[in-house]
This record gives sequence, C-alpha cells and structure tokens, in this order.
Amino acid sequence: MRGRLLLLPFGFIPFTALLTMLLAELPDGAPATVREVHAHSPDLSASMLRRLGELGFLPGEPVMALRRGPGGREPLAVQIGDTMIALRLSEARCIDVTLG
Amino acid sequence: MNSQSATSLDAPGRALLRSVALVGNPNCGKTALFNLLTGARQKVANYAGVTVERKIGIARLPGGQSVSVIDLPGTYSLNPASADEAVTLEVIEGRRAGEDVPDLIIAVVDATNLRMNLRLVLELRRLGRPMLVALNMADSARQRGLVIDTQRLATELGCAVVETVGVKHDGHLALLAELARDVDRSVAAQEGESWHVEVPDAAALQHEVKRLLALAAPAAAKTARFHPRLDAWVMHPVWGLVILSVLLFVMFQAVFSWAQWPMDAIKAAMTWLGETVTTQMADGPLRSLLVDGAIAGAGSVLVFLPQILILFAFILVLEDTGYLPRAAFLLDTLMGKVGLSGRAFIPLLSSFACAVPAIMATRTISNWRDRLLTIMLAPLMTCSARLPVYALLIGAFVPDRAIGPFNLRGLTLFGLYAAGVLSACGVAWVVKRVWMKSSYQPLMLELPPYRRPSLRNLLLGLRDRAKIFLGRVGTIIFALTVVLWFLSSWPAPPEGAAGSAIQYSFAGQIGKLLEVLFAPIGFNWQISLALVPGLAAREVVVGALGTVYSLSGGEEAGADALAQVIAQQWSLATAYSLLAWFVFAPQCISTLAAVRRETNSWRYPALMTAYMFVLAYAAAFVTYRVTLWLGA
Repeated sequence: MRGRLLLLPFGFIPFTALLTMLLAELPDGAPATVREVHAHSPDLSASMLRRLGELGFLPGEPVMALRRGPGGREPLAVQIGDTMIALRLSEARCIDVTLG
Repeated sequence: MNSQSATSLDAPGRALLRSVALVGNPNCGKTALFNLLTGARQKVANYAGVTVERKIGIARLPGGQSVSVIDLPGTYSLNPASADEAVTLEVIEGRRAGEDVPDLIIAVVDATNLRMNLRLVLELRRLGRPMLVALNMADSARQRGLVIDTQRLATELGCAVVETVGVKHDGHLALLAELARDVDRSVAAQEGESWHVEVPDAAALQHEVKRLLALAAPAAAKTARFHPRLDAWVMHPVWGLVILSVLLFVMFQAVFSWAQWPMDAIKAAMTWLGETVTTQMADGPLRSLLVDGAIAGAGSVLVFLPQILILFAFILVLEDTGYLPRAAFLLDTLMGKVGLSGRAFIPLLSSFACAVPAIMATRTISNWRDRLLTIMLAPLMTCSARLPVYALLIGAFVPDRAIGPFNLRGLTLFGLYAAGVLSACGVAWVVKRVWMKSSYQPLMLELPPYRRPSLRNLLLGLRDRAKIFLGRVGTIIFALTVVLWFLSSWPAPPEGAAGSAIQYSFAGQIGKLLEVLFAPIGFNWQISLALVPGLAAREVVVGALGTVYSLSGGEEAGADALAQVIAQQWSLATAYSLLAWFVFAPQCISTLAAVRRETNSWRYPALMTAYMFVLAYAAAFVTYRVTLWLGA
C-alpha cells in the first residue's frame, strides 16, 4: 500500500489517506491510532473481527506495532491501549490505522 | 441498576447472600483471589486461560457467615468465543442445570489495565444484577504511579469498589469486609427470570470507559506496564530463539545433574530398607511381598521424585513470569506452518506435565477442528509420568559423559522430548493435509506484563506436585505392583522345574503371550508384561520391571539394582526400542477418559489409541532394526 501511494502525485490524495495504512504495514515503533476494523482478509470471519474489537482494536485507540516474530513477517506483537497482543498478518491486515 | 445497593436495602425480597461469582478478563487474578477467599489451591499462572472450568469454594466472612464463591474462566466479553468463555456466561446467566444464578457478581479488574478491563465491567453492569468491583493488583498499580479514585469510580459505576492484591496473604481483606456488609442486603434471584441482555457494541463501551478514566484515573502511569528492553531480547527473532533453546537445555541438564544427590539418598534408603526387611524377617510370602513387591516395585518409582520436582520447578517459574505466551509468539510461525493455531501452544506445553489438564486447556481454542487436533496431539508431548521410564533407561544405557558444556544424558533426554514435539508437528502436518483442511485460525494471544515469580507460589506448587506423585506411588502404583507381585508369585512352579519360578506364574504366562506381539520390536517377556499395568499409570512400568526382575532372582532391590540388571540383560537395541516406544506410548487410561469427556464420543479416544499404537510400534520397530543393523 505504501508503494502504491508513492507512485501517485501527492496533490491528489486526501490528507488522511496519506497517513492511513494497515496495521500490518505499520513500521515497528511508529505510534498510530486505530481507524477502523475491516474485513480486508477473507480468512477472518465476522466473529473473529468482533473479537478484535473486544480485545481493544477500536476506533480512536492508540496502537503501536512493537516487533515481529522470527522471519520478520509474523506474528506481530502489538500494543493496543495498555494491552500487548500477538497477531498474525491476516488479523493485522484487517485493522486500518492512522499514523500519529 | 445504577443504585442497586441502595434499592436492595429496602427491597421486600431480602435474602441472605449465598453465592458470589468472580468474573473478569483473562489473567486479571481471579483464581489468586479465589484461593485467598476460600483457602483453595487452584492453579495460578501468568497467562490467559489457566482456568477453564468453574470451581466452587467456601469463604468465611468476618461476621461468621459463609458464602460460596464461584471462580470462572476469564472472558473478554459476554459474547463467548470459546468453550471456556461459554461456561462463564452460562453460570452468570443462571443457565447451568441445577445451579441458581449467583447472588452477587464480583467483577475482578486488573487495576493496571483499566482501559481494557472496564469494558467487561460495563457489560456486567448492564445485566442489572448486584455487583461489586475488585480492583486487583492494586499494589502494582500503585508502584507504577497510577492513582485511581475508587470513590469516584464507585459513584460512577453505582456499586462498591474495593482494592485487592491477589498475591498477598491479606490482599483480600477489604473484599471480605465488603461482602460482610452485603451479606443481608442482596436480592435473591427471581425464579425463572431470564438474565440475558444484548451485548452492546465494544466501541460504545470504550467511549464510556474513556469518560470513566478521565474522571477516576486521569493521570497516566509513571512507568510503563511492559519491559521493552527485556522484550527486545526475549522476543528477538534470533536471540529469542537462542534464549528459548538454552532454557530448555538447562532444564533437561538440571533434571539429571541436580537430582543426583537426593536420588542417591532415596536409593540408599530403599536398599537399606530392603536389606533390613530381608535380614529381620523369616523367608516367606510376606517378606517377598514387602521386598519384591513394595520396595522393589513402588520404591523404584519413588526414586524419581527429585527429577520430577526439578522439571516442575522450571515449568512453574516459567509460568509465573509471563514467559510462556512469548515463547508461543516465537514459535507461532512454525506452528502455523504445520497448520496449528498459535493458541495450541499453551495446552501443548502444559502437556509436558500431564496430558489430562492439557486436554481440558484446549477449551480456549474456539474452532472445534483445531481443538480436536490439539487434543489428539497432546499425548505426544512427553508427560512427567514418562520421565521415570526415560531416566531409568538413560541411566542404564547412556554413559555419563560430557559433550562440550552439556552432559550426554541430558542431551539424550532433550532429544527424546524433541522427538515428541517433532512427531506432533509431523502428525499435525499430515492431518491438516489429508483429513481436515480447516479454515484459517487467528492468533490473538495476549502477552502479559512480566511478573517476578513468587517463591511462595513455587514452593506451594512443588508441594502439590510432590503430593500428587507420592499419592500415585502410594495408591495406584503400589496397588498395581502388589497385584503384579501376586500374579508373578502364583502358581508355584511344578516340582523339579528348571529356570526361575516366575516363568511358571500367571504373570510369566501373560508376558510370554504378549511377547509374541512385541518380539519383533525387541521387547522380552518382562517388558511386554510391564506394559500392561503401565496402562493405568506410565510410571508403573518402572515399578513392574522392578518387581519382575526382583522375583526373577535378583539379590538386591531398588532402582539402582534394576538399572544394573537391565544394563546387563538387555541389548542396546531393546533399550532404544523401548525409549522410542515411550515417545509415543499410547497407553494411558486417564488420558483416554479425558478425551472421551471433552469430545463426548468414544470415537476419538479409539482413534487416538489406534494411531498412537501404530506410531509407537513403527517407531520402536525401526529403532530396533536400525540399532541391530548398526551392530549394537
């Protein structure tokens, strides 16, 4: 997603879209805010998405990707609010975040 | 609801407080509080999902009344996602057959993470039932510089709020005092009333949580809840794995090297006991029962107590620190590759202690097929009952030699545990490919803050394990070795028969019969016979071998003698073959009963027996033949 944004001329992109990305793409250590939980991945059922909300992935909550597991892709250790949770990539792709 | 304590004061249906239920997020310390309130000794550890069943105990209030306390599995919301969470909802909604709705809900809250925990409190408040809030881990919150205005929180929530510390011996006194105040002002549940309410949207709840936090705990904590610097090492892609393997190596080394002294002491005591009985008593059946049955049988199992305690000391400390979910984090990619849910890690890990609680712990896995696969794999993890068998064989056949910083015996033990884990990976991979291509399984595993392991918790945990082990030695293992002694002593051999008497006994005949089946994998009749009582408890195999060899004409009794006897009489191929057999060891009645209970069908225990028997036989066959071929 970041790659695609770079190809587009900056002037045409709404400001928020520039800063919005998937939690899966968020660089480690960058503070962000949850925007929305979305069914971006066909792997996750509606009840799994609801569980993400119950774990604290709710609009407006501060979120930060802390580190990734061996191999550098997944799982992700994520701090959401005051909780640390390990997610696989599929779950992290269902969470839209805004940088900052 | 907002003023339930006030309204219930003059409610007409006043009744005594009879039961309270502890409800809260996973890992907020409900069971620690339960243990304090009731004097129970339920397992506590620093990860989510330790409690998977409801437990009931009695608490004595300062006024002398007693109240029954129900401990429930932790849940993130009143919208259950797995079998353990469903239990919690069933109990608080009074849908459990034969049980009334609890009179009062104690919402247990981790005071260091109100942001998450208060959502469940707000959901519980919507039930409109008598409730009080226990701010648990209040000491950690204070240490972190968190100031929580409990008065304000109580006013806003409309119920009493008390501070508790689950890990201090007097950490529950405020809660007891509050319960004593509530004792005669709670409202009894109405018969036939439905307590179910729709669960509100989590986002709306979070909005309310933020409002509450702004009022009752506006300042942020001075120190962070987590230790990023420690995590940078422990969860590092390379160093994390190095730390994990070093931990495991040290654990298996310790099982052998630290246990030497106490094991020698127990062995010496057993030998002394055997000799004393032999010299003090006249020759006869009773002396033989004591020396060959009790001392050589049950006594030879007792020797392994120190090794079991050392293994558990490591497991208990790791559980207490919060390391285990981080190990699950490190191994998740591997588990995902073979098709297992990352949540399977903790049940599988607890299977190193015993498969029975592990099979119950799979209740935290929401997908049924995933849960079933984890249940089927649990017995492949080497349970502590197999340790005596491994230790006996390794002690008899593997030389005590140093290899670099490690000892060959410790390495062999590590290898046997690894063989169990790898075969579980293999089985999972095959099953997922050919039998049940189940859907994707998310991880969503909470990583708790580190906690300093408590010495008290460790000592109490070890005492429990010692009690369980000694209980098994004193009851089932002792009983089985005595039965085996009888079977091995009668009928007496015919006049003028050659060879040792035991060959003519029932046991000898059974062993000879079974030997036909087990001869291709190198088991003699003594081993074949010992496998039978091993069905009830795996350690009995050691005791049974002790009795059989003691009756076969051995002079001395005890495990030390047994190790010497088998080192002389068995070929290396037979010993390796038996070790390979025990990696899979399909025989454990309690495990099969647990599988029957959890799956509600005889199909799965039958399947488990069949597949593990085939695996064990095949592994032992290959090991035996290869070792023979290599000329050992």
